[in-house]
Amino acid sequence: MVNTKVDLLGITLDNPIIPASGTFGYGYEFAELYDINCLGTFSFKGTTREPRFGNPTPRIAECTAGMINAVGLQNPGVEKVISEELPKLKKVFSKPVMANVSGFSVEDYAYTCALLDREEQVGWLEVNVSCPNVHGGGMSFGTDPNAAAEVTRAVKAVTKKPVIVKLSPNVTDIVSIARACEDAGADGISLINTLLGMRIDLKTGRPVIANTMGGFSGPAIFPVALRMVYQVSKALSIPVVGMGGVASAEEVIEMMMAGAVAVEIGAANLVDPFASKKIVEALPAAMEKYGIQKLEDIIGKAH
Amino acid sequence: MKQELLTVIENAPLTDAVYRMRLSGCAGENRPGQFVNIRLEGFYLRRPISVCDFENGVLTIIYKAVGRGTDAMTRVAPGEKLDVLTGLGNGYDLSAAGEAPLLVGGGVGVPPLYYLAKELIKRGKAVSAVLGFNAASEIFYEDEFRALGASVAVTTVDGSRGIKGFVTDALPESATYLYACGPLPMLKALTKACPVSGELSLEERMGCGFGACMGCSIMTKSGAKRVCKDGPVFGKEELPW
Ligand SMILES: Cc1cc2nc3c(=O)[nH]c(=O)nc-3n(C[C@H](O)[C@H](O)[C@H](O)COP(=O)(O)OP(=O)(O)OC[C@H]3O[C@@H](n4cnc5c(N)ncnc54)[C@H](O)[C@@H]3O)c2cc1C
Ligand SMILES: Cc1cc2nc3c(=O)[nH]c(=O)nc-3n(C[C@H](O)[C@H](O)[C@H](O)COP(=O)(O)O)c2cc1C
Ligand code: FES
Repeated sequence: MVNTKVDLLGITLDNPIIPASGTFGYGYEFAELYDINCLGTFSFKGTTREPRFGNPTPRIAECTAGMINAVGLQNPGVEKVISEELPKLKKVFSKPVMANVSGFSVEDYAYTCALLDREEQVGWLEVNVSCPNVHGGGMSFGTDPNAAAEVTRAVKAVTKKPVIVKLSPNVTDIVSIARACEDAGADGISLINTLLGMRIDLKTGRPVIANTMGGFSGPAIFPVALRMVYQVSKALSIPVVGMGGVASAEEVIEMMMAGAVAVEIGAANLVDPFASKKIVEALPAAMEKYGIQKLEDIIGKAH
Repeated sequence: MKQELLTVIENAPLTDAVYRMRLSGCAGENRPGQFVNIRLEGFYLRRPISVCDFENGVLTIIYKAVGRGTDAMTRVAPGEKLDVLTGLGNGYDLSAAGEAPLLVGGGVGVPPLYYLAKELIKRGKAVSAVLGFNAASEIFYEDEFRALGASVAVTTVDGSRGIKGFVTDALPESATYLYACGPLPMLKALTKACPVSGELSLEERMGCGFGACMGCSIMTKSGAKRVCKDGPVFGKEELPW
């Protein structure tokens, strides 16, 4: 019997498989399909202080080996998430859940995290710093080490839960951003969020996505994600959660060898609703194939 | 929703660009107005297509080759298996039909209305159907609707067959309820032209097709709704136009 358990900031996961934010809703669409307790945990839909409708449609464009989304953080707002989504989730999921938080100002992040800090089922706060900073000329928090550090400090001040800062890959030096977050007190880092991309409709000559650009994800981004996980985990001493294009147990193993302590699965859940479950089930055989007894032993093996 | 591996038993053209595909081995439930989401070799996202008929585990769909994916679909050979998510979306509310429902379809909006007509006629309803096409060469399923026992009017934009003009030029004097599917301009024109209450089926680009990604959300009078899960069928009065 192989051992798939991993530790994520003091909480033991039965396996390292974590459906990624925005691709798993608040869990119950999938709970209708299978028992989601088979997962390590999952990261729920990016939640903001106020309710958001998001962007106009079309929000989705297909690409070779991936997709672009410009959902625009549609969510019911943190108050409704706490009063409606979490009680529903509790009925179908008995493990700690990862709360994914977005904001448009440092105060937004702190406000939302302070409320989620009181929720028993929230095991970790995953702070998505890929959003535009309305007070910073609209530049994303995640592209500026100082802004990312400021968000990290503000969130750490309002919670006792482990804080994982989720980084954007749309930067020239991912390590310097990650290090700024570590220095500001982040307990962990997760990466990567989507790569900025676009498509044009040849018939109209107009962008496919109403918002012109959107986030590119799926199998095509795996090598970029793997490289960034490798760089960041090598440079930092806090744990790194890896994601980007993962769709198989083999890729989970590869991400972990690059330095990830756990692995999130994003777009794969959308094209195959059973993808995360299938990866959980395929993991032991893949481990045996590569002579891995204990999954934790391979973390950062490539360093 | 169910994920199923279905066997293609037929895939043949009805017109130049419109094809009918039949798939066997479907164990799930598929109601009129629901759709399926089909995985195609070499394409990352699935293709959503309405259920045109469903009987004894055989699923019928009618699709138009409009892009690379649907074009590739035309080359799928009988005997091949496809990974299909079945039973998606809410479907039409048959209980609202009244005695003489009106079904209005435009182009590849016609297929879901066939299954609906069949089920309504089974329930003893007097179904009128208005089927709109661009030209005579693009017409399909006119005879099939008649064979069900529906009273059928066909319109063509160029007048090459039936009534010249749009579906709104061929609406019957009276009806108890409206069910429609077709291009957005048609649905908007119908909403204005047809005084009775009813339901419209919408299209949107989809990431997942089962409610997980928020890729297909539209704003309705009762808030944000996902076309794939809360729709694709929406009450006529619920839409903001
Ligand atoms: C609920 C629903 C039911 C549908 N039922 C039918 C049907 O019964 N018969 C039929 O012929 N067509 C139907 N369509 C439209 C059909 O899904 C598109 O024509 C098809 O996806 C086009 O794929 P493509 O690769 O050929 O085109 P491309 O333009 O190359 O596709 C690129 C991407 O855009 C998406 N896309 C393009 N056009 C549409 C569209 N109109 N709606 C949604 N996504 C689109 C594709 O799925 C793909 O992800 C339906 C759409 C929806 C949402
Ligand atoms: C439709 C969609 C919605 C997403 N929404 C969020 C979100 O709300 N918050 C967030 O941090 N990341 C979001 N992401 C990014 C994913 O969590 C993930 O970081 C990214 O897609 C890379 O992984 P993948 O290639 O496996 O999809 C979203 C991705 C997709 C495809
Ligand atoms: S397509 Fe994903 S929610 Fe509708």
